[in-house]
Amino acid sequence: MESLHGALLRLALTFVADRGAAEEVVQDTWLGVIRGLGSFEGRSSLKTWIFRILVNRARTRGARDGRFVTFSALESSEGGDSELADRFTAQGRWQHAPPAWGARSPEELLLSRETVARLHEAIAALPANQRVVLTLRDVEGAESSEVCNILGLSETNQRVLLHRARVKVRAALEDLLGRRARRAPR
Amino acid sequence: MLNCRDVTARASDFIDAQLPLRARVQMRMHLLMCRVCREYVRQMALVIRSLRRLPAQDKPSGTLKRALLQALRAERP
Repeated sequence: MESLHGALLRLALTFVADRGAAEEVVQDTWLGVIRGLGSFEGRSSLKTWIFRILVNRARTRGARDGRFVTFSALESSEGGDSELADRFTAQGRWQHAPPAWGARSPEELLLSRETVARLHEAIAALPANQRVVLTLRDVEGAESSEVCNILGLSETNQRVLLHRARVKVRAALEDLLGRRARRAPR
Repeated sequence: MLNCRDVTARASDFIDAQLPLRARVQMRMHLLMCRVCREYVRQMALVIRSLRRLPAQDKPSGTLKRALLQALRAERP
């Protein structure tokens, strides 16, 4: 429960207006889980099942508060890899190459509190639909079929949203880790 | 031939092993020759693996835990 709670809260925040509402949704979800555990059929993982309960409740609550999250990548106003658009020449070669990073492993990368904070910020700054997909796939480690199932999303849409989110999160770390790499070459 | 822009656009699917064989081979060919794209894809993969281990920020509050325990007791006669 400890490990899932933060994830549920983050997910809920995507659909509802404020933290108070998110906490209510999460509490409501846990109650739903407790009550429904008997009817859990094991057709998906327990985690997926819990996430689906949360998403349903958060959506209902969000709609009541006049918030709607659209999951169609095609409906979103932003273009594809806008983060990288001006980094290539007309021929599609690197014009502004990303600086090399010193960090080789996740352990090394997460050692710095500054980097961890930057990661959390970058996730929080994503558009809602991208944030949900990235959180489920990369932070929680859900399979893409599970994520499509939880969110009622096509495989293609899911991949587009995930890719855009990853591009942004990587970009958010670029300067920080690039700078550090230059300071301590290896 | 893929250019560097194409490679970055496919990086996510490449890392998830979602590319069909032909596209996968094209990616590998490009990465073999292009140091910058190699670093880009490595960074993307590193970020993905790091997200999986990201320390959680929020723990359930005592109030929530108590409310849930109460509900649990009420559910089980």
